[in-house]
Amino acid sequence: MSDKLKAAKPAEPNAAQQSTELSGNRFSGFARELVTGNALIPVLAVLASFLVGGILIAFSNESVQTASAYFFARPGDTFQAIGQAVFGAYDALFRGSIYNYQAGNFSDGILSLTQTLAYATPITIAGLGLAVAFRSGLFNIGGTGQIIVGAVGSTVIALYVPIWPGPLHFIVAVLAGILGGAIFGGFVGFLKATTGANEVIVTIMFNYVAAFALHYSLTTWLKAPLAVNPQSSPVPNDALYPLLAGDAYPLHAGFIAMLLAVAAVWWLMNRSSVGFHFKALGHNPSASKVAGININRTYFLVMAVSGALAGLAGTSQILGTEKYLGTGVAATYGFDAITVALLGRSNPLGVLAAGILFGGVRAGAVTMQANQNVPIDSVYVVQSMIVLFIAAPPLVRSIFFMPKQKEVRA
Amino acid sequence: MKLELRGITKRFGSLVANENVSLLVQPGEIHCLLGENGAGKSTLMNVLYGLYHADAGEILLDDKVVNFAGPGDAMAAGIGMVHQHFMLIPVFTVAENVILGHEPTKFGGVLDMAAARVKVREISDQFGFDLDPDAIVGDLPVGVQQRVEIVKALISNAQILIFDEPTAVLTPQETDELMAIMKALRERGTAIVFITHKLREVKEVADKITVLRLGKVVGEASPQESANELASMMVGRAVDLEIVKEPAKLGDASFVVSGLSALSHNGTKVLDDVSFEIHKGEILVIAGVQGNGQTELTEAILGLQYKATGSIKLNGEELLGKRVKQVLDMGVGFVPEDRTEDGLVADFTIAENLMLDRADRKPFVSGLNLRLAYLREFATKLVQQYDVRTQSIETKAGKLSGGNQQKVVLARELSRELKLFVASQPTRGLDVGSIEFVHEQIVKTRNSGLPVLIVATELDEAVQLGDRIAVMYRGKIVGIVPSTTPRQVLGQMMAGISA
Repeated sequence: MSDKLKAAKPAEPNAAQQSTELSGNRFSGFARELVTGNALIPVLAVLASFLVGGILIAFSNESVQTASAYFFARPGDTFQAIGQAVFGAYDALFRGSIYNYQAGNFSDGILSLTQTLAYATPITIAGLGLAVAFRSGLFNIGGTGQIIVGAVGSTVIALYVPIWPGPLHFIVAVLAGILGGAIFGGFVGFLKATTGANEVIVTIMFNYVAAFALHYSLTTWLKAPLAVNPQSSPVPNDALYPLLAGDAYPLHAGFIAMLLAVAAVWWLMNRSSVGFHFKALGHNPSASKVAGININRTYFLVMAVSGALAGLAGTSQILGTEKYLGTGVAATYGFDAITVALLGRSNPLGVLAAGILFGGVRAGAVTMQANQNVPIDSVYVVQSMIVLFIAAPPLVRSIFFMPKQKEVRA
Repeated sequence: MKLELRGITKRFGSLVANENVSLLVQPGEIHCLLGENGAGKSTLMNVLYGLYHADAGEILLDDKVVNFAGPGDAMAAGIGMVHQHFMLIPVFTVAENVILGHEPTKFGGVLDMAAARVKVREISDQFGFDLDPDAIVGDLPVGVQQRVEIVKALISNAQILIFDEPTAVLTPQETDELMAIMKALRERGTAIVFITHKLREVKEVADKITVLRLGKVVGEASPQESANELASMMVGRAVDLEIVKEPAKLGDASFVVSGLSALSHNGTKVLDDVSFEIHKGEILVIAGVQGNGQTELTEAILGLQYKATGSIKLNGEELLGKRVKQVLDMGVGFVPEDRTEDGLVADFTIAENLMLDRADRKPFVSGLNLRLAYLREFATKLVQQYDVRTQSIETKAGKLSGGNQQKVVLARELSRELKLFVASQPTRGLDVGSIEFVHEQIVKTRNSGLPVLIVATELDEAVQLGDRIAVMYRGKIVGIVPSTTPRQVLGQMMAGISA
C-alpha cells in the first residue's frame, strides 16, 4: 500500500501514464521485460554471440594472421584462412558437444552428447532456482553460495554418516544438499522480510562467506587426511548418483533430477497457489499485500525454493560429477545459472534449453582447444556476449535489422 | 497569439489517438478541451507541445505553420504547459525552479539569482500569486506549487498556456483561485487551452468548448449547455449525472471506529483521535483534500497500519492488530485508491486478478493445485455480471481501460461475503460511463444493508453519494455533517475550519 512517497504524490495520473508506473518495485520493470518480452531476442542474442565469437576466432588464428600480412597481394588467402579457422572451430564445437562423427562408431561418437548433458545438469538446476526468484521479483545472485552450502551438506552426510542400507545413504545425502541450499537461500529471504535487507547485496556477500568458509573447512575438518590440496575425501560409492549409461559415459542420475526439477518448477509457477503468490509478489508487491498475501513469508519461501534448487545443483556436482569436495565445486555455475535463467526467460523449458546450450558450449570448448587450438577463453567470451546481447535488446534489434519497438504512449 | 491545429492525426500502431482534429484558439480566450480519459486530449496537447510528432496535419501560430521537434521548440515559440504532474524539483527554491533551463547568468557564467528573484516577484505581483522566491518548493501547498508552474511558463513569455487537468490536485478553494488566475491571464490576452473532464469548471470559465471522443472532435459547445448535455456529448449517449438513491434504511451501527491515532514514519500524527460509526445500510463519505489522513485511515482498517492505536470494531470484533488476510476474512471489501498500484497486478490476466486474494482458498485450489477450470468459470461469470468490456478473461489487466480495471476490482471485492465495504476514491480518473456504473454498485451495496465507507476528494461525489459526510483535515475529523450541508461550509471544513 502507500508509503511516504505516495502520500506525497499529489496527482491523479491519467490512464495512459499509469501504465508506465505500474509498480514501485525497482526490479519489476526488468522482471516484466524478462518474462513478457519478445521471445526471439534470446535466440538472436545467441546467434549474434556466435558471430562475434567467429570474428574472435578468426583474429586469434595463426594462419589468418599470416595470410593477412599479404592481404593486399592475395586477399583470397586471408578469406580462405578465416573460413577454415571459423568452420574448423565450430566443427570441433559440434564434435565435442553433440556427436563426434570422426570417432568411427556410434558409442564413442555419442560420448560428446552425454558430456554435454552432464555439464548441463548443474547449470540448468541452478538456473531453475534463479528463474523462480526472478519471476518472483527477487534478484538472487547467490547461486554460487547456495551451491557451495548444498555441496557441503551432501558431503557431510556422504562422508561422515556410516553406511546405510540400500539407496538411503544417497537419498539422505541429496536431501541434505537441498536442505543446505534452502536454508542458506531462505535466510536471505528471512533477512529481507524482517530487516528489509536488499537481497542482491546480501546474496553477493553470502557468496564470499560461503566460498571462504568452504576453503577454511577444506583445510581443517573436511580435509582428506593425506591430501595436499584443500579437498575432501572421495565420496563413497553408495552415496553417488547412479550412472545412467554405464561406466563409459559421464551421464548420471542427476540428469533425471534435472528433468524432474524442470517439471516441478513448471508446476510450481504455473499450476500451484504458492507459485501464484510468488508471481503476484514479483509483479506487484503492494497489490499482493492489499490482497492479503503474506509477503514476508513469501519472500522467505521464494528464496528457500530458489536456494533449494541451487543446493540440488551442488549435489549433482559432489555426488555425480566431481565425487569429492574441492574449493572449485561451484566453479562458475552460480553465475552461469544467472545467464541461463535470463536466456531461458525464466521459463522452465527455456532454462532447460539454455542449460543444455551452455553444457554443449562447455563440452565443445575442450575439443575446440585440443583440435583447433582455439583459446578456451573465446568460448567464455561468447557466453558473456550472450548476456550482453540479452541485456540490450535494441542492440540485437539493430544487428538483425528488426523494427524498433513502437512508440509507446508516454 | 492565435493557435490553430488543422487535421491533426496521430496513431500508435493500430490505435488512432487523434483523427483529423482541428482546433482554433484565439488570444484572450479560454478554450476547454473536454473529453473522457482516452479521448485523446493529452495526446493532442503532447503533439502541440512537441512531445509527439503528428502523422498528419499541421500546427499554425498566427497563421504560420510551425514544426516542433521537441518541447524546447514549443517553448521558444511561446507555448507553455502546466503539467498535471508538476515538473518541479522539490528541494529547489521557487526562483531556482522557475529559471531552470534558461538560467540568467552574469559575467563568467555565474548564476544571477538576484535577477531571477526579481522576475519571480514581478510576475507574482502582477497576478497576485503571493510567491516567495526563496521558499523551498517541496514545502509549499500543492496549489502554490501549481502557481510556480504557471510562473515558469509565463517567465519564458508564453502566449499560449496549456493546463492539463490542473484541478485534479486542488481543494475547492484552490480551484476557485486557479479559475480567477485563468481569467486574469485571459484579460492579459493569453490564449488558454484548458483540458478537463469536470463539467462545473468548464461551465465556469470556458469561452468555447471542444468535445473530443475516441480521438475525434464530436462537436463544439457553448458553456450555456447543461451539464447533462455536455456529459452526453462526451460519452456519446444520454447520461444522468445525478445519483438516484432512495433514503437510507439504517440498521444498527455495526462499524465503529474510536480514538484511532497513528504516527507516520517521521513521527507526525497522520491520524489524530479519529472516531465515527457507520450504520448498516448507510454510506459515510470521508471528504477532504488528498493527503489529510484518508489513506492512513483505510490502511488502518485493512491492517496495514501496524502502529495505529485506538479501536476499529466491526460487528463487535476488533480489526486493529489483525493481519490483512484476517481482516479480509472477516468480511471487509476494499477498493484501494490506486487501482494499478494496489488493486491489480497489471501483468496478470483478468481471471488471475479475480482470484488474487483467494488463490489459496477452496474452491480455487485443491491441495496446492490451482483449479483453473473453476477459475475460468468464475471469471467468465463475473466479467459478465460486472460488464467488464474485454475480448477474453485472459486479457492482461494492465491492458484494460481504467473503468474496466475498476470493474475487475469491484467484481473481486463484491464477490466475497461482506460485512463492510470500503472504497477509496473509487471513481478517480474514470470516464463518465464507468463512474455511473461504480456509483450504482456502491448504492446497491449500501441498499443490501452493508455499512459503506467511501473516501472522496471531490465535493460533488461526496455530496451525492454520502448519507453523511465526515470531513478530514490533518488527520482529524473536523466534523460529521449531513450531505445536505452547503458546499461553501464543506469547503471551509476541508480547509480545517469546523462548522
